[in-house]
Order: sequence, then structure tokens, then C-alpha cells
Amino acid sequence: MFIDLKNVSFTYNLSMPFETEVLKSINLSINKGDFIGIIGHTGCGKTTLLQIFNGLLEPTEGKITIDGIDINKEKDKLKEIRKNIGLTFQYPENQLFEETIFKEISFGPKNLGIKDDELEERVKKAMEMVEMDYTTYKDRSPFTLSGGEMRRVAIASILSIDPEVIILDEPTASLDPLNKKSLLKLISKLHLHYNKTIVLVSHNMEVIAELAQRIIVMDKGKIVLDNKPKKIFQNYVEELESIGLSLPQITYIMHKLKKIGKPVDSGILTLEEAKNEILRVTKRI
Amino acid sequence: MKFFKNLTIGQYIHKDSIIHQLDPRIKILTTFLIIIVVFLIDKWIGFLIISAYLFIVIILSKVNPKYVLMGIKPLLFIIIFTLLIHFFTTQGEIIYTIWFFTVTKEGVYRGLFIATRLFLLIMSTSWLTLTTSPIALTDGIERLLSIFKIIRIPIPAHEIAMMMTIALRFIPTLMEETEKIMKAQIARGADFESKNIVKRIKNMIPIIIPLFINAFHRADELAIAMEARCYRGGNGRTHYRELSIKTNDRIFFIITFMFIITVFVLKFI
Amino acid sequence: MITFNNVTHTYHNDKEKDTVSLSNLNINIDNGDFVAVIGANGSGKSTFAKHLNGLLLPSKGDVYVDNYNTKEKEKVWEIRKKVGMVFQNPDNQLVATTVEDDIAFGLENIGMKEQEMRKRVEWALNLVNMTNLKNREPHLLSGGQKQKVVIAGALAMHTSYLVLDEPTSMLDPKGRKEILNTIKKLNQNEKITIIYITHFMSEAAEFNKIFVLDKGKIVLTGSPKNIFMQANILNKLNLELPQITMLARLLSENGLNIPPNIVNEEEMIEKLCLLI
Repeated sequence: MFIDLKNVSFTYNLSMPFETEVLKSINLSINKGDFIGIIGHTGCGKTTLLQIFNGLLEPTEGKITIDGIDINKEKDKLKEIRKNIGLTFQYPENQLFEETIFKEISFGPKNLGIKDDELEERVKKAMEMVEMDYTTYKDRSPFTLSGGEMRRVAIASILSIDPEVIILDEPTASLDPLNKKSLLKLISKLHLHYNKTIVLVSHNMEVIAELAQRIIVMDKGKIVLDNKPKKIFQNYVEELESIGLSLPQITYIMHKLKKIGKPVDSGILTLEEAKNEILRVTKRI
Repeated sequence: MKFFKNLTIGQYIHKDSIIHQLDPRIKILTTFLIIIVVFLIDKWIGFLIISAYLFIVIILSKVNPKYVLMGIKPLLFIIIFTLLIHFFTTQGEIIYTIWFFTVTKEGVYRGLFIATRLFLLIMSTSWLTLTTSPIALTDGIERLLSIFKIIRIPIPAHEIAMMMTIALRFIPTLMEETEKIMKAQIARGADFESKNIVKRIKNMIPIIIPLFINAFHRADELAIAMEARCYRGGNGRTHYRELSIKTNDRIFFIITFMFIITVFVLKFI
Repeated sequence: MITFNNVTHTYHNDKEKDTVSLSNLNINIDNGDFVAVIGANGSGKSTFAKHLNGLLLPSKGDVYVDNYNTKEKEKVWEIRKKVGMVFQNPDNQLVATTVEDDIAFGLENIGMKEQEMRKRVEWALNLVNMTNLKNREPHLLSGGQKQKVVIAGALAMHTSYLVLDEPTSMLDPKGRKEILNTIKKLNQNEKITIIYITHFMSEAAEFNKIFVLDKGKIVLTGSPKNIFMQANILNKLNLELPQITMLARLLSENGLNIPPNIVNEEEMIEKLCLLI
């Protein structure tokens, strides 16, 4: 258990006229090596939840422990915690400000006290992780890059902190299909090859179904479902639809076929699986 | 982020009152005149008359007086400071001594007088912004400024109004953007709470630069959108919200004028 | 009708060499059409969009909107009344401090009288279902609602052609649906021509006709069904077929009697029911 939330609630503008309870009694554990997808509509509380993870917001109720430390009891340890939790917001390229890509990517580790020699190591590694060539890009201004490249620099600037957990809020927002594909490949590599714990927030079910080992569905500040994707698509489709979340196209048809009595498994996550299941049922395999 | 969403522009409080429905040009003009008068008052009776005027206006506006008084809060420091300066530095009949500071009778009199002037100055703009929406204010300012066109002084009234409207429109959006940028930088270990002033200013760079770039980018896209909607400056432009002077406006102006005349008459008695 | 006649557009850069973003483009869009223009990044789609209302002028060739040439300076304002535009970022198109004032912005620009403006604004608000939000401030609206205000602003000008340049790419699924439903209704009920630019094939699938753009040229034209048959070309252009179409292709390749250009879920279910 690396991150643990117990009965965490959060209310904006507590005891003021516009008080709104945005998170209600959240119970959640994230283990090292997990790949978790969080999905829900705009306003379900997912962005607030992310900010609770790295102490940007303090729960109004409940407890959050990271790596054994209760971060609200031991506030001085917050900087330590932030070394281990990397958070990128939506459109992270909006945070770029430095003159060179090297300086941008070293901003994070510098703030955390990393010195020159190790700094260069960190930047090199981070750029390698986002597949940007160090020598070509290090002295360029981040503002001369394309949208997709800028986003990768922004993500690299979080990776250089070398966090255990990487939290990404809608990382593929507004990207065209090509850039989206390559970014998702990158995120998958961070998990499988670099062994990072990943928390991916999206409102795109297809992305989450394909990558996450565990899906957390949020609605109106509560966690409504917390399970493996296959289990959710086999057994909890009604719950998803009642919240207004749509299934990936391939899962949708399997579910519909099952509903009208066809003997198919609706726990389908990928194209391969869909193809195989249909071929099986039509006796082509 | 949610907090900023609920913060509406300005301190405008919507009510259904005669004052709210007055033409903004009249309201701006009368405020302007009252401010000038407040500066010229040299007798307490003058303050009394203007206070009575403001009191009546606020009652008629149906706005809770506490909001009017809230306008004083940010400037309370200056008022108290002024009071104390006059207390301690005016020559005259000493009535109190504390340490090596002396308070004089004349000082108290002067201090209170000037503090009252400041108080009334704030009150007289407070009622204006509480009862006039930002759109109405902008419209009123634009119309008043365009009068200068008639007397051949080239003031870009439309451009100023357009800039004000766009600024008002984008303030909440840019505030949200600032908050987002701050949080992103904090997540990278940025520290905005340093006690060292120099450091604190330097630490603002990761907020200011992205914010500026963001704002310019928005301006660029907005300009294109405006052009696509046939915007080409103020020539030939009409107004969705037509302003017209009605009876109530005339009455209000006359009444204000009467109060002002009374002050002047009493000045010379 | 909008006609592109051998249109070429070259961007001049001081340091680097010129970029040709449209290359001998020929297109006809008829009144009442419901068309999508798709292309990858760099295909020239945004440049194309800006030629439709004279924001950009061709370096060679001509663009005609209802027989007005966009190069004619005096006619540009007429053209911009006819051709309304919706851009990608919902925030950076709203100028005024309330919804109804923003819708009226275009009408103020063309010098309309107050009475007439009020009627048009009411009508436009109604068409996009935002009448109850007419006094709302822009920053309190959702992304989908903001785009609807922009659309209403164009409608108020009595626009006949509505061009939307990637209008949903910054919206959530709900907002995306809202916009697609709105423009479908506008095309069906008010006969407004819709020209929709996107890189989402799943969105393009909902239109009557698709133009596929690559390096400033049109490489494919046709109905979604026709276009989706050309998976190889689309892949080369970095355009991804909808999941359901990719599944249809896989199944068809494996011998199943499924047309490889299935466009939506309902059709797939229908076809599969016959086989299971």
C-alpha cells in the first residue's frame, strides 16, 4: 500500500456561502506498480482527488497516508512526498516557461535540491523516457516545439523528479490520433519498462479500458466502482450506463448481444479479444 | 478553482430598485459631481447634507448597508493613518500626551474632518458600483466619453469600452488559469511562500511567463474570432443595450443638484 | 454554394522556405450539405477553414461563396455574415460579459437596430436551447455550452454556412454529443450547411459526405461507407478508423460475412445477429 485514503472528504469553501462537498468518504488504496484508471464525468471530483494525492489540497475529513506518512499530520514532510508523487494537469504545456528545454526539465529536481551533476543525469533520463533526443533538444526553446512535443517536455519535467507514482490528468486531451497513440505507448512503457505506478484520469473509456489494470469509476464525489476492467464490463455495465458513461464501441456491442441472449462474454477490452470472441461464437475458430 | 467560479465580476449586487434602473450615465455623472463637492466642503454641515443624500440613495437601492460598509474595509488603514497623522502633527492646544507624542485639539478636529471626507468619498463610489452592473458601467463610460468626439477631442471611447468589456470578461478566466499554473508549479516543488522578498519575486517568474503567453495566445485567437464576426472597430456599430434618459433619471439628477446647491449656499452663509 | 477553384495557399516564412498548405484544391459544397473534412495535423484543414470566410486569401486560385469572390474587399463582410465560424477553443471566442450580449456582438458589428437585435438573439438562443442561460457569465458555462453560444452568435447573423474547426476537441463526451446533436438539428430543421473539420473518424462517420485532406490536397471523397473501405490509405495518413470499423475489417478478413466498412454499433449488432 503506497497511497492510502481512508474516509477522505473534501468541501470547497467550508463554512462559507458557496460551500460544496466535492469528495464524499473516499476509500482507496494504491499499491506500487499499479496502473489505475480513474474515470467519471466533469464535476465528479476526479481533479480534486488528484490534488489530494500530492497534498495540494488537504482533506476536510479523513486521512491520507503516503509511503507510511500521514501527510496532513506531518506537513513538513510534504516536500519529501512531492519527490515521489509526480502530477501533470490537463494541458501541461501551459506550465512551460524556461528559455531552454534543459532548464525546463531541471526546474523540478532543482527545486527539490538536486545538484548539477545529478541534474544532468536526471534530465537525460527524463528525455530518454519521453523519447526526445538529448543533444538535439536540450538547448532549444520549449516554445519552438509542436503541441505534441511540448506536451512531452512537460511530462519529462515531472519525470525528472523521479517519482514513484505518476499521475496524469487527461494526458491525451486535444491530441490528434498519431500523437495520442504515441503518448499512450509512452505511458504504457513507463509502467511496464520503467516500473512506475501510474494513475491515469480520463473521460475516454476506450483509453482506460485498454491500459488500466484497475478502473475506478467516480460519480458525484463518490467512488462507485473499483475493479478490474474485465469484471466491470462483465457485470457492472448497467451502473456505468446509469451514470451516463459510455462503453468502448467493441464492449458495447458484446454487451448488447449478451442482452438479447447471445452467448458472448462481455468482458472484452481489446480488438483482438473482440475478434476472437466473435469468431469463437460463430464457430470460425 | 471552484471558488473563483463563484466570484462574479465586481461587487455588483442585483436588486429591483429605482436606483438600479437609473441610466448609468446619470449615475456616473452624479457620482462625479458629488466627489468634486466632497472635496470642496469646508464645514461639517456640508458633510451632513451629503451624508443624508447618500443615506437616502442607499436606502432606495435596497442593498444591505453592510455591503456598502464593506467597501471601506480595504481603505480603513488609510483612514486611520490619516487620523493619527493629523492628531499628532497639528500645532495647537495640547489635550493629551503619550510618550513623546502630543495630541492637540486642532489635530483631533482636523483629523476627524479629513477622515470624514475620505469616508464619504468611498461611500459615494461604493453605491455606484453596487448598483450598476459592469456592462452598464462600461456602456455608460463609453457614451460619456464619446461626447468628447462632438467637441473634437479625439478620445477612443469605443476602443476603451471594448478593452474594458474584454478585460471584465477574461478576469475570472485568467484567475482560474493563474491558479492552475500555480498548482502545476507547486507540484514541481516551486515555493511561493518564501520569506525572502527577492526570492519571492524571482519565484513568480514560473507563473508570470506562462500566464502572459497564455493571455497573448487568447488575445490572438479572440481577435480572429472577432474578425470572423465582422468586427471592424467602432464605426457604424450599434448597441444591444440602448440607453435612454427617462423621467426618473431627470428627477434623480435634479435632486442631486439640489443637494449640491444647498451645500454651496451654506458655504457662503 | 461554396466553390474552391484551383486554390493554392503558400505561407511565406522569412528564414525557412515557404510552406504550401493548400495545393490546387478544388471543392464544391452545396446548400444544405452536411459534410466533414478530415485530415491529420499538417494536412491543411485549418488553413482550408479560414479560406471559407476570407480570413485567409488564396495565393493562387479563387474561393467563391454564393458567387462572391473572397478576394473582393467590399464583399468580405457580406461573406462573413453568410459563413459563420466556430473554432477549437471555446473560451477564446466569447467576447462579452453575458451570453446574450455575446450573441449580439456580431449584430452590433453590422449596425443592426436594437429591436431587430433582440428578436434575433431570442431566436438564436432558442435554437441552441440556451434561453434560460441568457444572463449567465461565460466563465460559468461548460465547454459544450460555450460552443453553443458561439454557434448561436453565428445563427443570429442568419448564417447559411456554419464552419466548425475541430469544435469538440477540447470538450468532454457530453459536450461533444451536445454539439453534434445541435448541428444535426440545425442542418435538418433550418437547412444550414454544415462544414465540420475534425481528425476524429468516429465523428466523421456521422456526416453525409467526407473529404479527406492530405498535404493540402483532397485525396478521397465520398460517403463514410465509401471512405471507410479505404483503410490502407487512411492508415498511411495517420487517420484511425473507429473501433467498430476496425473490428469489422478484422472479422471480414477472417472469413466472416461482415462488410468491412461498418460505420456504427447498431449496424454491427444487426449483422452479427444474423451469424450467431
